[in-house]
Amino acid sequence: MKRDSYFLVFILILLGLALWAILPTNSTRLGRNGFQLGLDLKGGTHLVYQADLSQKDPSLTDAQALAAVKATIERRANASGVTEPLIQTQGSDRIVVELPGIKDVDAAINLIGTTALLQIMVKHYDTSGNAILDANGNPWFVATAMGSDGVTHELTGKYLKPNAQVVLNQTTNQPEVSFEWNTEGAVLFKQITSDNKGKLLAIFLDQTNIETATVQDVISDRGVINGLKLKDAQNLVIQLNSGSLIVPLTVIQRTDVDATLGADSLTKSLTAGAIGIGIVILFMIFYYGLPGVIAATALLIYSALVLAVYKLIPVTLTLPGIAGFIISVGMAVDANVLIFERLREELRAGRTLHRAVDEGFRRAWPSIRDSNISTFITCIILYWFGNTFGAFMVKGFALTLFIGVAISMFSAVLITRTFISQLIGGGMVKGLSIHEVKNNV
Amino acid sequence: MFDFVGKRYWFFLLSALIIIPGIISLSVFGLKTGIDFNSGTSMTLHFSPSVDETQVRSTLSNLGYKDAIVQHTGADDFIVRLATTELITDQTKNQQLINGLNTQLNTTTEQKDLSVLSAAIAAQTARNAVIAVIVAAVGILLYISFAFRKMPKPLRWGTCAVIAMIHDVLVVVGIFSILGWAAGVEIDALFITGMLTVVGYSVHDTIVVFDRIRENQSRGGGGSFENVVNSSILQTMTRSLNTSLTVLFVLLALFVLGGATIHYFTLVLLIGVITGTYSSVCNASQLLIVWENNEWGRFVSWIPFLRKKAVEG
Repeated sequence: MKRDSYFLVFILILLGLALWAILPTNSTRLGRNGFQLGLDLKGGTHLVYQADLSQKDPSLTDAQALAAVKATIERRANASGVTEPLIQTQGSDRIVVELPGIKDVDAAINLIGTTALLQIMVKHYDTSGNAILDANGNPWFVATAMGSDGVTHELTGKYLKPNAQVVLNQTTNQPEVSFEWNTEGAVLFKQITSDNKGKLLAIFLDQTNIETATVQDVISDRGVINGLKLKDAQNLVIQLNSGSLIVPLTVIQRTDVDATLGADSLTKSLTAGAIGIGIVILFMIFYYGLPGVIAATALLIYSALVLAVYKLIPVTLTLPGIAGFIISVGMAVDANVLIFERLREELRAGRTLHRAVDEGFRRAWPSIRDSNISTFITCIILYWFGNTFGAFMVKGFALTLFIGVAISMFSAVLITRTFISQLIGGGMVKGLSIHEVKNNV
Repeated sequence: MFDFVGKRYWFFLLSALIIIPGIISLSVFGLKTGIDFNSGTSMTLHFSPSVDETQVRSTLSNLGYKDAIVQHTGADDFIVRLATTELITDQTKNQQLINGLNTQLNTTTEQKDLSVLSAAIAAQTARNAVIAVIVAAVGILLYISFAFRKMPKPLRWGTCAVIAMIHDVLVVVGIFSILGWAAGVEIDALFITGMLTVVGYSVHDTIVVFDRIRENQSRGGGGSFENVVNSSILQTMTRSLNTSLTVLFVLLALFVLGGATIHYFTLVLLIGVITGTYSSVCNASQLLIVWENNEWGRFVSWIPFLRKKAVEG
């Protein structure tokens, strides 16, 4: 059988590629560092933020506002040094943030979810030199100035260059945040400082006064904020450089996972999976004899292919995801069982080995196809379900099961068939029918 | 040839015997819902040196968490549940809680994990779960009706498969409702995942039997529909058992040796695979006969509490 020889070569090449991709398991080939593990396996925190879109700028659509918030969070998470943070929008007004391997969750929540709106405030004075108070008795007003476009603008953090940094004050040796205005900001700031020379000027962050100073001179392009703790200064720098959040966020779900717990679960599940697959292989060999050995071989190749696909996509492996993989092994076996049972029937009906193999595969195919499509439908719905409410575990399971079942169809039809045909074609097997009859007494 | 279909009412009776207690439990106690469906806070605490459950409970009560539920989960680990969600944003509260436990119990408390869920998300999760099951049922019904479109009355096949599927859902949900009050087992998002997998598996299994009926019927010469169904069930029996056995081997290994996180998840699948195999062999195809022979009257009169009505009617 010429065609089957080509298939055999194809399968071997595929297997070689798969093994090259997955071994060793911690290899950095293809630009990836081992398998991508989910939060439940490597520890970390999973946060769901609710965005208050009622407070957005009316010129933006909900989707634009949410995308802008997501971008800001991404900049903050990346700047904070967390490895591989995952930020996704969920539904129309939520953002899911996953921070793997993080220790100080509270600080991270603070850093990510704070609005960080920086405003320059000034006091206005009446003719007798007393500060004017607003309706709430507050003396500070947002500083405004004429922009280069001839329109009055408030001076806020959006006119900052994204190059704020923590510096140590030369004389006091205390940390300060130094920032720089962009061209338009400099125009506004120059005007504000000249208007308020000799008077007080303040920097507010989210309605809190963090810096007050007397304007000594007209300044345009830069400023400093001092009196901060080092940690706060570092956070402020990240927030200023990433821009403020355009709508307020609240945490509505938080899940922390201990890393040691995850490692323990991983080992246990992998052991269980290996033992389970081992039993399946023994069962197949014991029950079906030589075809069982072929099925077992096909199953091992199948596992290698699935793992390679996980790594290439890449699929984030979670505990239920591993369970999904192990269950897909069971379903891969099902396709083989269907084929072998058919093969047996055809042999019993008195067909030759060659005919029986062809018929067996042909007749088993509709069952394999229809039953697997129903599993695909379930997987797609599960994935949607997991995605809608941010359950990364459910998503992981749906994805691994889907990939597993898809490859299992390929494996049953191509791998098992090619092997059997090769064995028969090479004249290595003549006794298949004898074994079958013996088993059916 | 073993007369499988002739015993169909015995099979229905066995299904009823398993499902009815579950439904009663479900209507009396409902399901014990875990963190994914209730708003609140859940955390795992580890104490060294060790303390006992009552101490933890009374200390939490002293700290103002009177409604705290404390559960000992082995070694020196405790799962603590609070109705509040304030720990999510108010970090000082969380620190105060740990410090309070440390000083009052004279121990070191390690917070191994923490999850907090607000009411909005909890309600949505439950709603989405129900929608997911319904969408899955409709999707499968449509697909099977499509796959059997060349058969007379294709919708019938899909409906019977979906009834068998609902049977399996009821078995699993019923058992978990009983486990809820009997053993404190809670359902979570993973339970829904398991449930949907069971749905997929159940249909997967049913289709294999249906496929055989379709093939035998279109080949003709099999005699009455009952005979065709019976021989189809027998022909696929080895396959059904072998496949279920292989899947069960894997699941048993996961159940016994797998991590605690997926313990009940694998239990859902274990029960689901057993009932899924049972229902495809003993219910789904048998229902096709009930339908074909138009035995619904008998089917209804056979259900004890409906019998009287049917007789009267």
